[in-house]
Amino acid sequence: MTLAEAVLGAAFVGLVAYALFGGADFGGGVWDLLAGGTERGRRTRDRVERSIGPVWEANHVWLIFVLVVLWTGFSGAFAAAVTTLYLPLTLAAFGIIARGAAFAYRKSVGTPGMRRFFGAAFALSSLLTPFFFGAVVGGVASGRVPPGIAGGDVVRGWVNPTSFLGGALAVLVCAYLAAVFLCGDARRDGEHDLAEAFRRRALVTAAVTGAVGLAGIAVLRADAPLLFDGLTGRGLPVVLLSVAAGLTALGLLLARRYAAARIASAVAVAAILVGWAVGQYPYVLLPELTVEEAATGRSTLLALLIALAVGALVLVPALVYLYVLFQRPAPTSGPEGRG
Amino acid sequence: MAALGLVLAETSGNLFPARTQMALSLGWHIVFACFGIAFPAIVVFTEWRGHRRGDPVLTGLAHTWAKAMGVLFAAGAVSGTLLSFEMGILWPGLMDRFGQVFGFPFVLEGFAFFVEAIFVGVYLFGWNRLSPRAHMLSALPMVAAGIAGAFFVVSANAWMNNPTGFALDADGDVVDARPWAAMFGPSTWPQFVHMWLAAFMVTGFLIASVYAVGMLRGRRDRHHRLGLLIPLTVAAIATPVQIGVGDWIANAVADNQPAKLAAMEGQYETTAGAGLSFGGVYRDDALHYALEIPYGLSLLIHHDPDGVVPGLEEVPADERPPVNVVHLAYNAMVGIGTALLLLAAWFGLVWWRRRRLPGTDWFLRAVAVSGVGAVVAMEAGWVTTEVGRQPWIVYGLMRTADAVSPAPGLGWGLVAVLAVYAVLTAFTVVVLRRLARGRDTLAPQEGGVSR
Repeated sequence: MTLAEAVLGAAFVGLVAYALFGGADFGGGVWDLLAGGTERGRRTRDRVERSIGPVWEANHVWLIFVLVVLWTGFSGAFAAAVTTLYLPLTLAAFGIIARGAAFAYRKSVGTPGMRRFFGAAFALSSLLTPFFFGAVVGGVASGRVPPGIAGGDVVRGWVNPTSFLGGALAVLVCAYLAAVFLCGDARRDGEHDLAEAFRRRALVTAAVTGAVGLAGIAVLRADAPLLFDGLTGRGLPVVLLSVAAGLTALGLLLARRYAAARIASAVAVAAILVGWAVGQYPYVLLPELTVEEAATGRSTLLALLIALAVGALVLVPALVYLYVLFQRPAPTSGPEGRG
Repeated sequence: MAALGLVLAETSGNLFPARTQMALSLGWHIVFACFGIAFPAIVVFTEWRGHRRGDPVLTGLAHTWAKAMGVLFAAGAVSGTLLSFEMGILWPGLMDRFGQVFGFPFVLEGFAFFVEAIFVGVYLFGWNRLSPRAHMLSALPMVAAGIAGAFFVVSANAWMNNPTGFALDADGDVVDARPWAAMFGPSTWPQFVHMWLAAFMVTGFLIASVYAVGMLRGRRDRHHRLGLLIPLTVAAIATPVQIGVGDWIANAVADNQPAKLAAMEGQYETTAGAGLSFGGVYRDDALHYALEIPYGLSLLIHHDPDGVVPGLEEVPADERPPVNVVHLAYNAMVGIGTALLLLAAWFGLVWWRRRRLPGTDWFLRAVAVSGVGAVVAMEAGWVTTEVGRQPWIVYGLMRTADAVSPAPGLGWGLVAVLAVYAVLTAFTVVVLRRLARGRDTLAPQEGGVSR
């Protein structure tokens, strides 16, 4: 493995982590959106709010991490991609602002009107943000970003069949991950009816995601032949792994083994992304710019790799601590009541 | 689609909307970044004092502040995310050519921010779940990460002022990037220390001003007195140190960016024994109506009344920053800084003599406006350093106009960003006011669900 591949690989690990953690987080917002009226959906919303409260900020720092590694290690390709795709990226950034602020602030306001407004902003942006990110991935993966600053079409770069497929799949995957995740959380806190409801949702979204994925094969074949060749050629084993993990997750959900289902689901989602990477390799920007061509100077890549290794040593234990602490059952009451 | 294409086809003049959008986003974020740097230390210190003395007022104060910290951190996190998009979307020329040189500190700041986000979550979520000792220990990474993050971001900015750590080939392409060297250029330490102290001044004076307003309205209980005393003490310690650091940074600017210094002083001619100018308007290559301290500038820069200070005439006309903006912003920063120093001295003197806060309403009024004053001073300082660098985005090497994205439609991006920030600001104020009033209001990172 070359230095450039190692750095790009690390950024890709960050992207997978964002898809899994940030994705489950976005998905929570999607279920908030579909929870129903204020009273009927209250318990679902409470469940979502409690599950993502302490971790949502950490879940989204992955994105910044991916951006800064790319702009340092692959400056030219990064500049090309963000300028051509700046519209969906700006919309996604607005979605992140609306979502983060609304989620954070909803907790602190009392009036029902304000809470409903923040709730709607949170839920709607949870749906739109992953869609725009999926569209960005579709634009890059279908070879619509040429090298050079603003070299591609700023509209057609993301308004195209592959981007829409990417957006739809991103939303579905987020919703699925969240449903699987929330099954376990609900059962841990003794909310068995909610766990059952999320289990149903997970099974339905899994079916819909599978159907859209199958239909997507035809879309890719027509709209993004290079990606299609990669996915059905070199990427095929990984794609098949994803399918197998997805089917395993379904079985585990049916058996109500939620902890194992989480792992299988994560493998399925990660494998889709890895399949994309394998299919596109060795190009960063299809069909001309390879990883080696896009990489910046050796000492920069080396510094990045060292920083990433040392940073991981700090970060991984900290993240584990956060998730462990927060997976403990909630105390019945603290010294100051709730809080 | 065709109609959208027509609207977006407005490509000419992306520089103004891009700069305005960046200035707005950064100017907004920087206030929240200050809280990210300084607030954790103040909150943890207060909690520690509370536990040591067994004082529920102090721990209650710390808990209220921790919640406000959570809200401010959330606002800073989302606006910081937007900034990391904007760096690429608005300034691809900069990222394309120099990303490999100065992108590295952003990666490190990514880690620092990650650690801070994790431990803000742990700190707030663990308020009543961890033992006091474990709770405060878990807060230390949050304090350290806030400071480290500030260092990395400021070092990237310092690099734009004084680019080092690379070589260029004949075509102007970077050939030998050395990211570690780039991070520790000549401006990094003075700029970082200046920003770090500014963060404590902004945070300290702003929190104190909230309680000063409360006391002016008659709420003079212990909660309010301590709420004013602790942050004001922090700010009052930082202020005189900051004035000293100002001298250090002025010297760094004089050494490395003479055009910026000349613009700060509105000085056209290269002069021996240059005076220090306050106010006035720069027109036709001269500063009019200014108040001048003879030999002041030469003394400040060279510690010698006859030292030679280069003027704007040394720089080609198209490489001069907009003088009036830089000069007035610089004056505003120094003027407000001096006023804050007087306030700190007043408070310090009374405390030293009588061990209590100055008793007059005028003191409380002064503290009440000090928060806004500190923010204005910091923004003015930031305008001085950023506008003073123009027309360069990388000093002497790349013009801002050459870094901006040529993509169509950036003007609409500015309109959208304006709208987003207006809404975000309004809601942030509403939520903070509510947090200040209701003790049982929850912060975003806390467990539990509010009703």
